[in-house]
Amino acid sequence: MTRSVSLFVSCFNDTLYPNTARAANVVLKSLGVSVQFPERQTCCGQIHVNTGYASMAVPLVRNFVNTFSGAEEIVAISGSCTAMLREHYQELANRTNDVNLISKTSELVPRVFEFSEYLTDVLGVSDVGATYPHRVSYHPTCHSLRSLHIYESAIKLLSAVRGLQLVDLAYAEQCCGFGGTFSVKNSPMSTAILADKVANIVSAKVEAVVALDNSCLMHISGALKRNNTGVSVMHVAEVLAHGLKGGA
Amino acid sequence: MAGSRVGFPYTSRSRIEDSQLRANLRSATTAIREKRGRVVAEKADWEDLRLKGEQIRREVLSNLDSYLVKLESSVEKVGGVVHWAVDASEANQIVFSLVRQHGESEVVKVKSLTTDEMGLNEYLSQHGVMAHETDLAELIIQLAHDKPSHILVPAIHKNRSEIRDLFQRTISKGTSLSDDPAVLAEASRLYLRQKFLSAKIAVSGVNFAVAETGTICVVESEGNGRMCLTLPKVLISVMGIEKIVPTLDDLAVFLELLPRSSTGERMNPYTSLWSGVHKGDGPEEFHLVIMDNRRSAVLADPVGRQTLHCIRCSACLNVCPVYERSGGHAYDSVYPGPIGAILSPQLFDSESSKSLPWASTLCGACYEVCPVRINIPQVLVHLREKVLAEGHQSRSERFQFAILSAVLSSGARFDLALWVISRLRFLIDRFPSSGSLPGLVGKWTEARELPELPKETFRVWWRRSRGH
Repeated sequence: MTRSVSLFVSCFNDTLYPNTARAANVVLKSLGVSVQFPERQTCCGQIHVNTGYASMAVPLVRNFVNTFSGAEEIVAISGSCTAMLREHYQELANRTNDVNLISKTSELVPRVFEFSEYLTDVLGVSDVGATYPHRVSYHPTCHSLRSLHIYESAIKLLSAVRGLQLVDLAYAEQCCGFGGTFSVKNSPMSTAILADKVANIVSAKVEAVVALDNSCLMHISGALKRNNTGVSVMHVAEVLAHGLKGGA
Repeated sequence: MAGSRVGFPYTSRSRIEDSQLRANLRSATTAIREKRGRVVAEKADWEDLRLKGEQIRREVLSNLDSYLVKLESSVEKVGGVVHWAVDASEANQIVFSLVRQHGESEVVKVKSLTTDEMGLNEYLSQHGVMAHETDLAELIIQLAHDKPSHILVPAIHKNRSEIRDLFQRTISKGTSLSDDPAVLAEASRLYLRQKFLSAKIAVSGVNFAVAETGTICVVESEGNGRMCLTLPKVLISVMGIEKIVPTLDDLAVFLELLPRSSTGERMNPYTSLWSGVHKGDGPEEFHLVIMDNRRSAVLADPVGRQTLHCIRCSACLNVCPVYERSGGHAYDSVYPGPIGAILSPQLFDSESSKSLPWASTLCGACYEVCPVRINIPQVLVHLREKVLAEGHQSRSERFQFAILSAVLSSGARFDLALWVISRLRFLIDRFPSSGSLPGLVGKWTEARELPELPKETFRVWWRRSRGH
């Protein structure tokens, strides 16, 4: 029986990083999984919750749950959105006192997986068959590392990519300083933290930094470009699509 | 709060640029962080200990009313006197009236955050009583008329040559000192020894109070605490209502968790335990001041209450990317760092404390090291919502988020918004990628480039290609 997943691409990837979503689609299909894209999906509500407007995220939770409640398995291509779903959705649904929404949420949340976690832990795959002959460092984003605890998944998948040289990043586990609206509310602090991350990336002498969150990568890339380092950023899904049919 | 002259974004700004401060903080926090990592890794049962610590703290806070009464009766049974203070001002008055009853004008002090929270030294000084700090770092802070910037290492922002200069101006006037730490410690020892021997009254904080036995525990590293707790005739210890552990067995759990988390040591150098008074041994009078100062309000908040689990180890400060670059003073509170960012806005009314829940990237490093498993990111997010609901907010920001919520709560509205944006694309493409841009985008581009806009969204591509 063919597995069927519904892709939750997140508003951020949908609008700014569609190539990541397309790459995830390619990788999943190459593994024989049927991929759906429920078109009513929007945003998980993380930006509202993290800025202090949690009650305004409640209608977004409702939209998400209504959009995805028919899905067998949901694969999200953002670590922080997955963490948002796991850590906040039930509490936000409970606020509505809507019994139907509350029970649908509790059934739905355990079926949501982060992309790399889905590949290694659900499908049991570590080699997707990709080829990417470049020097790469993995930045474990805070939510994927400390909320989802999925460090091993990405390492396993990247290590199996043909030609890919995985280079250790000094102080990799330290935050890049993004933090959503933190990056503008406390902009000098955010960029001071970022400067150290960038210095460590430059010392690693890699061609690309990869991660499971394009939001952190957008932040890191903003400084890599400003400083003309020549280092690019890429979501893990895009690395894994390299050399696959339909991939880059 | 943008553009305001109070609050963390403002108070941290100049400190981020202070390269000396940054170097001092980085080397100190990195050293403690690595030491902690090593000694924690030695304990195979560390996660079980954390769970145990959390469980004991939760049990105490869930039944605090009965534990407090039990503690009072246990302390009285062994000859101590218990005083209750509803807030800092009452606690200050109690301590001062005890000092005055004995006709003293000087006291020696063991480093205590609770008395810093009360502003005890300032209060006593206004009433003609000099409180001498005896912890080396606290002494440095007091002599420099400075404020502590770290829970455990209050003078972390000062390096040794700064301290040498300070001592030569104050306690070692007329002597020439090198900046060798041993020489500096000896200079303070000569000065403090006289204070220990002449003081009649000591004031301390409390790390743990054992409800069953009335035993008080103070942990410290320099032996100054031991001097204060044993030499003077009168001992006054001040605690927040949350510092209780049920039994001596429970205390043992925290004596394992605390030193490894705070100083990266397997065992704490000086751990003093005493129960009441004993004729011919130690102080003749013991007073325990138990202070609420809004802690019962914190307890009433189901998410916020875990803040009171804190045992003041400061592990969260040492791993925090924000603290490492701002130092403690930017938090404008006795309690800096991640724990301060959740404790201060719950205990204090100041406008600056209300900015602290946003002084974090929510990276979660603090939660990972907390020995009593306080989910600091969870409390930060909770307090952001609470502080905004209390009215500390910008109406224009609220409006923007309301619009965003309306658009994002329906697939059809999101589609429409994306279609409108795609029609306006020719305008966006004229934006310079950097330089002086307005508002939040301008803040972003101060040090970062904007991402390039893709030629179509994923949803448009999907509709066109059906995913092929």
